[in-house]
Amino acid sequence: MVTIQFMPYTEIEDLTSVGRIRKLLNIAKDNKIVLLQGRLKAEEEAELIQATMEEINKDFKGIELAVIEPKEKEGGFKGFFTNLFLGDRLGMTVIGPATVVKSIKRNPNKIELLTKEIRKRKKR
Amino acid sequence: MISVLRRMFRGFLSIFRSKKDIKLGLYGPPNGGKTTLANAICKDILGDDFEQGIVSRIAHETRSVEVRDKMELDVEGRTISFNLVDTPGIATKIDYEDFLKVGMQEKQAKKRAKEATKGVIESIKWLDDMDSVVVVLDATRDPYSQVNITILGNLAARDIPVLIAANKVDLKRANIKRIKAAFPQYPVVGISAKYGNNLDIMYKELVNLVGK
Repeated sequence: MVTIQFMPYTEIEDLTSVGRIRKLLNIAKDNKIVLLQGRLKAEEEAELIQATMEEINKDFKGIELAVIEPKEKEGGFKGFFTNLFLGDRLGMTVIGPATVVKSIKRNPNKIELLTKEIRKRKKR
Repeated sequence: MISVLRRMFRGFLSIFRSKKDIKLGLYGPPNGGKTTLANAICKDILGDDFEQGIVSRIAHETRSVEVRDKMELDVEGRTISFNLVDTPGIATKIDYEDFLKVGMQEKQAKKRAKEATKGVIESIKWLDDMDSVVVVLDATRDPYSQVNITILGNLAARDIPVLIAANKVDLKRANIKRIKAAFPQYPVVGISAKYGNNLDIMYKELVNLVGK
Protein backbone atom coordinates (compact mmCIF):
# COMPACT_ATOMS: atom_id res chain seq x y z
CA MET A 1 0.00 0.00 0.00
CA VAL A 2 1.24 3.46 -0.88
CA THR A 3 0.41 6.39 1.42
CA ILE A 4 0.18 9.86 -0.04
CA GLN A 5 0.16 12.80 2.35
CA PHE A 6 -1.04 16.17 1.13
CA MET A 7 0.64 19.14 2.75
CA PRO A 8 -0.74 22.65 2.31
CA TYR A 9 1.88 25.37 2.04
CA THR A 10 0.66 26.88 5.34
CA GLU A 11 2.21 23.89 7.15
CA ILE A 12 5.73 24.90 6.16
CA GLU A 13 5.25 28.62 5.58
CA ASP A 14 6.50 29.75 8.99
CA LEU A 15 9.26 27.17 9.33
CA THR A 16 12.94 27.87 8.76
CA SER A 17 14.64 26.19 5.78
CA VAL A 18 16.06 23.53 8.08
CA GLY A 19 12.61 22.99 9.62
CA ARG A 20 10.95 22.62 6.22
CA ILE A 21 13.54 20.13 5.01
CA ARG A 22 13.36 18.15 8.25
CA LYS A 23 9.57 17.95 8.08
CA LEU A 24 9.48 16.78 4.45
CA LEU A 25 12.35 14.35 4.85
CA ASN A 26 10.84 12.78 7.97
CA ILE A 27 7.64 12.01 6.04
CA ALA A 28 9.62 10.48 3.18
CA LYS A 29 11.65 8.43 5.67
CA ASP A 30 8.32 7.19 7.04
CA ASN A 31 7.74 5.64 3.57
CA LYS A 32 5.05 8.15 2.60
CA ILE A 33 4.81 10.24 -0.54
CA VAL A 34 4.40 13.96 0.13
CA LEU A 35 2.34 16.18 -2.14
CA LEU A 36 3.33 19.67 -1.15
CA GLN A 37 1.35 22.66 -2.29
CA GLY A 38 3.86 25.05 -3.83
CA ARG A 39 7.59 24.61 -3.91
CA LEU A 40 10.79 25.01 -1.96
CA LYS A 41 13.32 27.65 -2.90
CA ALA A 42 16.10 26.46 -5.24
CA GLU A 43 18.64 26.60 -2.39
CA GLU A 44 16.28 24.60 -0.16
CA GLU A 45 15.97 21.92 -2.85
CA ALA A 46 19.77 21.60 -2.85
CA GLU A 47 19.78 21.48 0.96
CA LEU A 48 17.10 18.78 0.84
CA ILE A 49 19.37 16.70 -1.41
CA GLN A 50 22.29 17.31 0.97
CA ALA A 51 20.22 16.30 4.00
CA THR A 52 18.98 13.22 2.13
CA MET A 53 22.53 12.14 1.35
CA GLU A 54 23.49 12.50 5.01
CA GLU A 55 20.70 10.13 6.03
CA ILE A 56 21.11 7.35 3.48
CA ASN A 57 21.47 3.94 5.09
CA LYS A 58 20.44 0.35 4.40
CA ASP A 59 16.74 1.16 4.85
CA PHE A 60 16.58 4.66 3.41
CA LYS A 61 17.99 4.88 -0.12
CA GLY A 62 17.14 8.49 -0.85
CA ILE A 63 14.23 10.29 -2.46
CA GLU A 64 12.55 10.95 -5.76
CA LEU A 65 11.69 14.59 -6.21
CA ALA A 66 9.69 16.54 -8.78
CA VAL A 67 8.34 20.05 -8.95
CA ILE A 68 5.61 21.10 -11.32
CA GLU A 69 5.23 24.80 -11.94
CA PRO A 70 2.52 26.85 -13.62
CA LYS A 71 2.94 26.68 -17.39
CA GLU A 72 4.06 30.24 -17.85
CA LYS A 73 4.85 32.88 -15.34
CA GLU A 74 2.69 35.89 -15.92
CA GLY A 75 4.46 39.12 -16.54
CA GLY A 76 3.38 42.68 -15.98
CA PHE A 77 1.24 44.05 -13.19
CA LYS A 78 -0.84 40.89 -12.70
CA GLY A 79 2.24 38.67 -12.62
CA PHE A 80 3.91 40.97 -10.10
CA PHE A 81 0.99 40.75 -7.69
CA THR A 82 0.49 37.02 -8.25
CA ASN A 83 4.14 36.47 -7.33
CA LEU A 84 3.95 38.89 -4.43
CA PHE A 85 0.97 37.21 -2.78
CA LEU A 86 1.36 33.58 -3.90
CA GLY A 87 5.12 33.28 -4.60
CA ASP A 88 6.29 29.81 -3.61
CA ARG A 89 2.70 28.59 -3.17
CA LEU A 90 2.38 28.20 -6.92
CA GLY A 91 2.86 24.74 -8.37
CA MET A 92 3.21 21.40 -6.66
CA THR A 93 6.12 19.37 -5.24
CA VAL A 94 6.21 15.58 -5.04
CA ILE A 95 8.69 13.92 -2.71
CA GLY A 96 8.76 10.17 -2.25
CA PRO A 97 11.15 7.64 -0.74
CA ALA A 98 13.26 5.87 -3.36
CA THR A 99 12.30 2.52 -1.83
CA VAL A 100 8.65 3.18 -2.80
CA VAL A 101 8.91 5.48 -5.83
CA LYS A 102 10.80 3.97 -8.74
CA SER A 103 10.90 7.16 -10.79
CA ILE A 104 9.02 10.36 -11.45
CA LYS A 105 8.73 11.32 -15.09
CA ARG A 106 7.87 14.91 -15.65
CA ASN A 107 7.31 17.20 -18.52
CA PRO A 108 6.19 20.78 -18.08
CA ASN A 109 2.50 19.81 -17.80
CA LYS A 110 2.26 16.52 -15.96
CA ILE A 111 3.97 14.18 -13.54
CA GLU A 112 3.99 10.39 -13.86
CA LEU A 113 4.87 8.61 -10.68
CA LEU A 114 6.02 5.01 -10.99
CA THR A 115 6.02 3.00 -7.81
CA LYS A 116 8.01 -0.12 -7.06
CA GLU A 117 6.38 -3.48 -6.74
CA ILE A 118 6.32 -4.43 -3.13
CA ARG A 119 7.10 -8.11 -2.87
CA LYS A 120 5.73 -9.88 0.12
CA ARG A 121 7.32 -13.05 1.25
CA LYS A 122 4.97 -15.98 1.40
CA LYS A 123 4.39 -17.27 4.87
CA ARG A 124 4.98 -20.94 5.25
CA MET B 1 16.67 39.92 -0.50
CA ILE B 2 19.30 37.33 0.45
CA SER B 3 20.08 36.63 -3.21
CA VAL B 4 20.52 40.35 -3.87
CA LEU B 5 22.96 40.61 -0.96
CA ARG B 6 24.75 37.49 -2.18
CA ARG B 7 25.16 39.01 -5.66
CA MET B 8 26.51 42.23 -4.18
CA PHE B 9 28.97 40.26 -2.05
CA ARG B 10 30.09 38.20 -5.07
CA GLY B 11 30.60 41.38 -7.08
CA PHE B 12 32.58 42.92 -4.25
CA LEU B 13 34.81 39.83 -3.94
CA SER B 14 35.43 39.71 -7.70
CA ILE B 15 37.19 43.09 -7.49
CA PHE B 16 39.91 41.49 -5.38
CA ARG B 17 39.94 38.10 -7.07
CA SER B 18 42.75 37.54 -9.56
CA LYS B 19 41.67 36.58 -13.08
CA LYS B 20 43.65 33.34 -12.62
CA ASP B 21 41.51 32.27 -9.67
CA ILE B 22 38.38 31.86 -11.76
CA LYS B 23 36.74 28.54 -11.03
CA LEU B 24 35.01 26.81 -13.92
CA GLY B 25 32.86 23.98 -12.60
CA LEU B 26 31.57 20.90 -14.38
CA TYR B 27 28.23 19.96 -12.87
CA GLY B 28 25.48 17.52 -13.70
CA PRO B 29 23.84 14.21 -12.85
CA PRO B 30 25.95 11.01 -12.60
CA ASN B 31 27.19 9.46 -15.86
CA GLY B 32 26.61 12.58 -17.93
CA GLY B 33 30.29 12.65 -18.94
CA LYS B 34 31.74 15.38 -16.70
CA THR B 35 35.06 13.62 -16.12
CA THR B 36 35.30 12.56 -19.78
CA LEU B 37 34.87 16.23 -20.68
CA ALA B 38 37.41 17.30 -18.02
CA ASN B 39 39.88 14.82 -19.49
CA ALA B 40 39.24 16.10 -23.03
CA ILE B 41 39.77 19.72 -21.93
CA CYS B 42 42.98 18.79 -20.06
CA LYS B 43 44.31 16.91 -23.08
CA ASP B 44 43.52 19.80 -25.43
CA ILE B 45 45.16 22.37 -23.19
CA LEU B 46 47.96 20.48 -21.45
CA GLY B 47 48.69 17.61 -23.84
CA ASP B 48 47.98 13.90 -24.15
CA ASP B 49 49.62 12.92 -20.86
CA PHE B 50 47.24 14.92 -18.73
CA GLU B 51 43.95 13.50 -17.56
CA GLN B 52 41.75 14.77 -14.79
CA GLY B 53 40.19 11.56 -13.56
CA ILE B 54 39.09 8.01 -14.19
CA VAL B 55 35.94 7.41 -16.21
CA SER B 56 33.63 4.43 -16.02
CA ARG B 57 30.24 3.20 -17.22
CA ILE B 58 29.26 2.65 -13.59
CA ALA B 59 27.67 5.71 -11.99
CA HIS B 60 29.47 7.69 -9.28
CA GLU B 61 33.00 6.96 -10.52
CA THR B 62 34.00 10.49 -9.46
CA ARG B 63 33.29 10.72 -5.74
CA SER B 64 35.32 13.74 -4.74
CA VAL B 65 35.90 17.16 -6.26
CA GLU B 66 38.97 17.28 -8.51
CA VAL B 67 40.62 20.61 -9.33
CA ARG B 68 43.07 21.23 -12.15
CA ASP B 69 44.77 24.58 -11.59
CA LYS B 70 46.07 27.18 -14.01
CA MET B 71 44.41 26.20 -17.27
CA GLU B 72 44.70 28.61 -20.17
CA LEU B 73 42.53 28.45 -23.24
CA ASP B 74 43.21 30.48 -26.40
CA VAL B 75 40.37 30.86 -28.86
CA GLU B 76 40.73 33.17 -31.84
CA GLY B 77 43.02 35.57 -30.01
CA ARG B 78 41.06 35.60 -26.77
CA THR B 79 42.66 33.92 -23.77
CA ILE B 80 40.95 32.80 -20.60
CA SER B 81 42.60 31.44 -17.46
CA PHE B 82 40.71 29.25 -15.06
CA ASN B 83 40.84 26.42 -12.56
CA LEU B 84 38.84 23.45 -13.81
CA VAL B 85 36.66 21.87 -11.12
CA ASP B 86 35.28 18.41 -11.89
CA THR B 87 32.52 17.52 -9.44
CA PRO B 88 30.80 14.25 -8.49
CA GLY B 89 27.39 13.76 -10.08
CA ILE B 90 24.43 15.06 -8.12
CA ALA B 91 21.69 12.54 -7.35
CA THR B 92 18.72 12.31 -4.98
CA LYS B 93 19.11 8.59 -4.30
CA ILE B 94 22.00 6.16 -3.99
CA ASP B 95 21.43 2.46 -3.51
CA TYR B 96 24.40 0.17 -3.03
CA GLU B 97 22.34 -2.65 -4.57
CA ASP B 98 22.58 -0.86 -7.93
CA PHE B 99 26.33 -1.42 -7.80
CA LEU B 100 25.80 -5.11 -6.98
CA LYS B 101 23.83 -5.42 -10.22
CA VAL B 102 26.92 -4.40 -12.21
CA GLY B 103 29.03 -7.08 -10.57
CA MET B 104 30.55 -5.37 -7.54
CA GLN B 105 31.17 -7.19 -4.29
CA GLU B 106 28.87 -6.16 -1.43
CA LYS B 107 31.62 -4.56 0.64
CA GLN B 108 32.92 -2.61 -2.35
CA ALA B 109 29.38 -1.55 -3.36
CA LYS B 110 28.57 -0.27 0.13
CA LYS B 111 31.85 1.66 0.24
CA ARG B 112 31.16 3.19 -3.16
CA ALA B 113 27.63 4.18 -2.13
CA LYS B 114 28.87 5.82 1.06
CA GLU B 115 31.57 7.74 -0.80
CA ALA B 116 29.03 8.75 -3.45
CA THR B 117 26.73 10.33 -0.84
CA LYS B 118 29.68 12.36 0.46
CA GLY B 119 30.53 13.34 -3.12
CA VAL B 120 27.04 14.73 -3.72
CA ILE B 121 27.26 16.80 -0.52
CA GLU B 122 30.69 18.09 -1.56
CA SER B 123 29.43 19.05 -5.04
CA ILE B 124 26.58 21.08 -3.58
CA LYS B 125 28.89 22.80 -1.08
CA TRP B 126 31.22 23.85 -3.91
CA LEU B 127 28.40 25.63 -5.75
CA ASP B 128 29.06 28.80 -3.77
CA ASP B 129 32.69 28.89 -4.97
CA MET B 130 31.98 28.69 -8.70
CA ASP B 131 32.43 31.62 -11.08
CA SER B 132 31.12 29.88 -14.21
CA VAL B 133 29.64 26.42 -14.74
CA VAL B 134 29.26 23.98 -17.59
CA VAL B 135 26.30 21.73 -16.86
CA VAL B 136 27.02 18.42 -18.58
CA LEU B 137 23.86 16.54 -19.56
CA ASP B 138 23.51 13.19 -21.27
CA ALA B 139 21.68 14.11 -24.49
CA THR B 140 20.16 10.62 -24.72
CA ARG B 141 18.27 11.09 -21.46
CA ASP B 142 15.16 13.00 -20.45
CA PRO B 143 16.32 16.53 -19.58
CA TYR B 144 13.29 17.26 -17.38
CA SER B 145 14.80 15.53 -14.34
CA GLN B 146 14.51 17.39 -11.07
CA VAL B 147 18.27 17.10 -10.47
CA ASN B 148 18.92 19.08 -13.68
CA ILE B 149 16.31 21.66 -12.72
CA THR B 150 17.64 21.96 -9.16
CA ILE B 151 21.25 22.41 -10.36
CA LEU B 152 20.25 25.09 -12.88
CA GLY B 153 17.92 26.76 -10.36
CA ASN B 154 20.72 26.97 -7.81
CA LEU B 155 23.16 28.41 -10.34
CA ALA B 156 20.56 31.00 -11.37
CA ALA B 157 19.90 31.87 -7.71
CA ARG B 158 23.64 32.45 -7.28
CA ASP B 159 23.83 34.43 -10.52
CA ILE B 160 26.51 32.11 -11.94
CA PRO B 161 26.87 32.09 -15.76
CA VAL B 162 25.96 28.70 -17.26
CA LEU B 163 26.66 26.80 -20.45
CA ILE B 164 24.91 23.50 -21.10
CA ALA B 165 26.98 20.80 -22.79
CA ALA B 166 24.60 18.26 -24.33
CA ASN B 167 26.99 15.33 -24.29
CA LYS B 168 27.01 11.99 -26.15
CA VAL B 169 25.81 13.41 -29.48
CA ASP B 170 27.72 10.56 -31.13
CA LEU B 171 24.90 8.26 -30.01
CA LYS B 172 21.80 7.88 -32.22
CA ARG B 173 19.38 8.45 -29.35
CA ALA B 174 20.88 11.87 -28.56
CA ASN B 175 18.35 14.69 -28.82
CA ILE B 176 19.75 18.20 -28.42
CA LYS B 177 16.47 19.83 -29.46
CA ARG B 178 14.80 18.38 -26.37
CA ILE B 179 17.47 19.92 -24.11
CA LYS B 180 17.17 23.28 -25.89
CA ALA B 181 13.40 23.15 -25.48
CA ALA B 182 13.70 22.29 -21.78
CA PHE B 183 16.17 25.07 -20.98
CA PRO B 184 15.71 27.82 -23.60
CA GLN B 185 17.28 30.48 -21.37
CA TYR B 186 20.78 28.88 -21.57
CA PRO B 187 23.25 28.39 -24.44
CA VAL B 188 23.40 24.70 -25.39
CA VAL B 189 26.26 23.05 -27.30
CA GLY B 190 25.99 19.47 -28.52
CA ILE B 191 29.29 17.66 -27.92
CA SER B 192 30.84 14.25 -27.70
CA ALA B 193 33.42 14.48 -24.93
CA LYS B 194 34.52 10.93 -25.71
CA TYR B 195 35.36 11.61 -29.37
CA GLY B 196 36.05 15.34 -29.13
CA ASN B 197 33.17 16.35 -31.43
CA ASN B 198 32.27 20.06 -31.35
CA LEU B 199 34.67 20.86 -28.51
CA ASP B 200 35.99 23.79 -30.57
CA ILE B 201 32.46 25.23 -30.62
CA MET B 202 32.16 24.67 -26.89
CA TYR B 203 35.50 26.44 -26.30
CA LYS B 204 34.20 29.53 -28.13
CA GLU B 205 31.18 29.53 -25.86
CA LEU B 206 33.44 28.97 -22.84
CA VAL B 207 35.47 32.08 -23.66
CA ASN B 208 32.25 34.10 -23.70
CA LEU B 209 31.05 32.43 -20.51
CA VAL B 210 34.22 32.84 -18.44
CA GLY B 211 34.79 36.30 -19.88
CA LYS B 212 31.44 37.50 -18.47
